[in-house]
Amino acid sequence: MSDPAVWLAVAVLATAVGAEMVSGTASTLHGPLLLAASALQGVVLLAAVTLAGTADGLALVVALVAVALSAANLVGGLVLTDRLLRVFARRRAPVLPHEDA
Amino acid sequence: MSGAGLPTWVQAVALVCALALVVALKVLTHPRTARTGNLVVAGVAAVALVVTLLHGDLDHRPVVVGALLVGGLGGLAAGRTVPMALVPQAVAALVAAGGAAVALTAVVLLEQATPLTPPVDVLVTVLAAVAGSLALAGSLVLVGRLRGVLPTRPVSSPVLPVVLALAVLAVVVLAVPTRDDPATWQALVLVLLGLVVGALLVLPLASVDLSVALPLLNAVAGVGVAALGYALGSLVLLVAGALVAATGAVITALVATAMARPLGTVLLTGLRGRPTPGGRGGPRARSERAARAEDVAIVLGYAERVVVVPGYGLAMARAHHTLRELGDALTARGVDVVYAVHPVAGRVPGHMGTLLDEAEVPREQVVGVDRVNAGLVRTDVVLVVGANDVVNPAARTTPSAPVYGMTVVNADEVATVVVLKRSTRPGYAGIDNELLHRGGTTLLLGDLRASLARLLVAVNRL
Repeated sequence: MSDPAVWLAVAVLATAVGAEMVSGTASTLHGPLLLAASALQGVVLLAAVTLAGTADGLALVVALVAVALSAANLVGGLVLTDRLLRVFARRRAPVLPHEDA
Repeated sequence: MSGAGLPTWVQAVALVCALALVVALKVLTHPRTARTGNLVVAGVAAVALVVTLLHGDLDHRPVVVGALLVGGLGGLAAGRTVPMALVPQAVAALVAAGGAAVALTAVVLLEQATPLTPPVDVLVTVLAAVAGSLALAGSLVLVGRLRGVLPTRPVSSPVLPVVLALAVLAVVVLAVPTRDDPATWQALVLVLLGLVVGALLVLPLASVDLSVALPLLNAVAGVGVAALGYALGSLVLLVAGALVAATGAVITALVATAMARPLGTVLLTGLRGRPTPGGRGGPRARSERAARAEDVAIVLGYAERVVVVPGYGLAMARAHHTLRELGDALTARGVDVVYAVHPVAGRVPGHMGTLLDEAEVPREQVVGVDRVNAGLVRTDVVLVVGANDVVNPAARTTPSAPVYGMTVVNADEVATVVVLKRSTRPGYAGIDNELLHRGGTTLLLGDLRASLARLLVAVNRL
């Protein structure tokens, strides 16, 4: 896994898969999906934590700020996405149409 | 890249996490399962965080956990209290926070780099620093413009593109010496340049185009996350960043297409020192919006009240039985469905009443035009099925129109109108219908019976 070409291939494949999945989405879901994506970018928290664990002095302070910001991004984004998606969940079918017939 | 030295179990967990993120994204694209997808993302983040905290030999664990709690609790409080109406600004704030974290992390990483660090790693980290700061500045300007702190009107000047070009050039020029001998000051200058580029990209946009800029900035931040994933050898970061970048880019394209404003036009016209035409739909204001059945099904399935306006097209297509099935499916979901029967809809008076009766539409759901118009305030969606003149607002607004003075269903008073039509041709009276060109109107073109059947399938899948 250390070859740059392999990593590039993984990145390209993940992008292609992501684009393919999202491209068919109904426009009603664009808002929640964008919100979810902005929450997901909060996983940069992992990088910030790793670096804060190896940095010292001013660099440590900078890394800690990054940890706090990315944690806020991640948690805030996930909570807000859940609130937004609950609006959809609330309007679930009371009776399934084919059971009704 | 330091990923190669990780223990096998950590790499295995990372692979499972990356895979789970892909599945979560898939699940997020369907309204019924989207919430689960969000929970999977949360689970993956939690697992990856615990693994990161446990396995690595990290110093300062207590302060790191402290910073984590401060940020996490702050995010929790904000996420719980933000009013739903402010979601666009909240997304911009999230992108800003994430972008800042990406930029700061990249600076620390560059500070730790030595002449022995592979040049590719340094360049990728430079990319992360610029992408993060670009997303930060861009989304801060966006929040400022949305809130009215900054001028809501586009800022344009012939100097802007020159400064922007110089800043981009400076990034490229500075990246070369940084690659060979990375130093902290270079990292800071690169972040500064990224901030300039981000601000200059968003300031000249027309206010209607800000909704295109938001997913784009999200995508840029995603690129930064992926770049950090590469530089740190973290598969989870790489895949998460790539997924964010892909999602942001696709949503950008979809929004731009839906608004009939190609991305190139959005970005370049503003930069030429001439603001993009704001408001009222831009260059193709008279175009109609065509949608897919799945889109329309979501609009209908999650509405409280739907008014169906049948017309002659329904009789032509012999689609009234399929329409009744669709109405039943919506009713079963708890949607309040009402059929608006206009006395002259169809070719013979009373045509629609007979047709709906034949399809065994429940009598209590069939309502006259006056009562329908009175209830439009409570209506979420008007579904026009093969009708045209009986929903033409020209009957009230244009004295020269042949239909002027006729009682019509005032569909234009409802925010969302879906029109099922065989083609974009005008109706029986041969006049254009302004309703079709309105912002909230969506067309579903094609044979009516086929369209209704596709809608029925899509609604049942919700």
